[in-house]
Amino acid sequence: MDFSIFGYSFMQNAILAAFLGGVACATIGVFVVLMGISFIGVCLSHAAFAGALLAVLIGFDPLLGAFLFSMGVAAIIGPLARRGELNLDTSIGVLFSLMLGLAFIFMGLMPGPKTEMLGLLWGSILTVSRTDLILLGIVAAAVVGIVILFYKEIQAVIFNREIALAVGIPAGLILYGILFLTGSTITVSLSPIGGLLIFSLIINPAAAAYQLTYSLKRMFALAALFGVVSGWLGLLASYWLDVPSGAAIIVASSIIFAIATLFSPKRKVKKWKPNDEPSRVF
Amino acid sequence: MNNTIVKIDKAVVSYREDVALRDVSLEINKGEFLGIIGPNGAGKTTLLTLINGLGKLLQGHVRVLGQSISKGSVNGIRKRIGYVSQLQNIDPRMPINVREVVMVGRYGQLGLFRRPDKRDRDIVDKALELVGMSHLASRPIGHLSGGEQQRVAIARALTQEPEMFLLDEPTASLDWRAQRELLELIKVIHEYQNLTTLFVTHDLNALPDVCDRVILMKEGRIWGQGKPEQVLKTDILSRLYDAPITIQEHEGKKVFLKAS
Repeated sequence: MDFSIFGYSFMQNAILAAFLGGVACATIGVFVVLMGISFIGVCLSHAAFAGALLAVLIGFDPLLGAFLFSMGVAAIIGPLARRGELNLDTSIGVLFSLMLGLAFIFMGLMPGPKTEMLGLLWGSILTVSRTDLILLGIVAAAVVGIVILFYKEIQAVIFNREIALAVGIPAGLILYGILFLTGSTITVSLSPIGGLLIFSLIINPAAAAYQLTYSLKRMFALAALFGVVSGWLGLLASYWLDVPSGAAIIVASSIIFAIATLFSPKRKVKKWKPNDEPSRVF
Repeated sequence: MNNTIVKIDKAVVSYREDVALRDVSLEINKGEFLGIIGPNGAGKTTLLTLINGLGKLLQGHVRVLGQSISKGSVNGIRKRIGYVSQLQNIDPRMPINVREVVMVGRYGQLGLFRRPDKRDRDIVDKALELVGMSHLASRPIGHLSGGEQQRVAIARALTQEPEMFLLDEPTASLDWRAQRELLELIKVIHEYQNLTTLFVTHDLNALPDVCDRVILMKEGRIWGQGKPEQVLKTDILSRLYDAPITIQEHEGKKVFLKAS
């Protein structure tokens, strides 16, 4: 088998991007899966996409537009849910549709070919730039650092926000922190990983880890591991089978999820023997 | 010496088009065990959430543990109040075990950036022991029965080392035995920890044994109050619930029944 491809810097960068993106996205995924807000990945990635398009349209740096839009939407999700008396997922769904609409409008207004901008949806992990890697590294470190630093507050908010508030934890602040972290992760992952791929890298590794453990700490660690392995396996498959790398990463993360579900100890059902039944009183 | 621990003055709370509390005034003394009863929608839960700052006050004034409830004071007040709600629907696969759930009660006290130390772990162990849950400490919280989950919730509230206990129908949807056991536990904790307890319940039979005073709520107002023997009467309760209620004596104790 020919491994010479790994000697090229573009492949080394892709491996590093898969590692950093895998850790950041999968860690965020633990919040998303446990808080039941799976739509947030697509919502914020489309917000970032719309922001990048608007920025290009008016002559600004697309990364800045993506960042401002995803942060803006992350900041609106909570108040919209509270004011509209909606659950978080509905609020996210409403904003997602708005962002999708805006993205199409901005794209319609854009002159010339749109291939480059559409690339943001699919990502291009094999052409990842040095700036992308630095930003991914900063965000991945921030995500892991914040989870370690605020682990107890995050655990309480994930378990039950009302109880967290009732014991005196600033649950609203922690929730916004989680949403902003998600927004930042998605913004910096948009170019190397792609708006659509992010969704699977957020959900699948965390959902797989959720199948395997009753410990939150272990779930964070397993999710990060599965995120990285999905990225690397996808890259390998993409090279060997000559298929698009983003799609291969999605399939790899889905296969890991399927295996975890198949062997999940949480699905075990205790066997029952007729002898176990106590004798009837009547 | 002023013994008042809660002073609610002309409180009005409104959700959308419903006024949940209308001009409610109430004083609660240190060490009291207060029962709060009334039909659904009477404002019982809203009254509790007003005290721990989870409810939004539209008009009036609330003073709890010597402090006025405001944005700046509410977090500090909550840390001193143990709150146990109705049985929650917990995902059986939730990756958090019983000991971790009880430890959540310490987190408010610890504040940001501080990690639980030996003292915190000892407090958690003691609380688990008190509610009889030590043997299930490592179990995932979602694997416990309703009665066990409510014991864990009480242990969690206890680890706050609270001055007040707010109990919002903690025995609702539990079986008969679990209800009695939990009630006995609440009574013991109230006495031994020298707490002030507010207990919202639909279980009228629980009241005479534990309460010093019963608050009767209806349509967002305090409709009546007094010692259990003064207010737990057939005519008063029937009018409160707009349904005939009879009281029978059994082995010297009152038993409340819905008359057919």
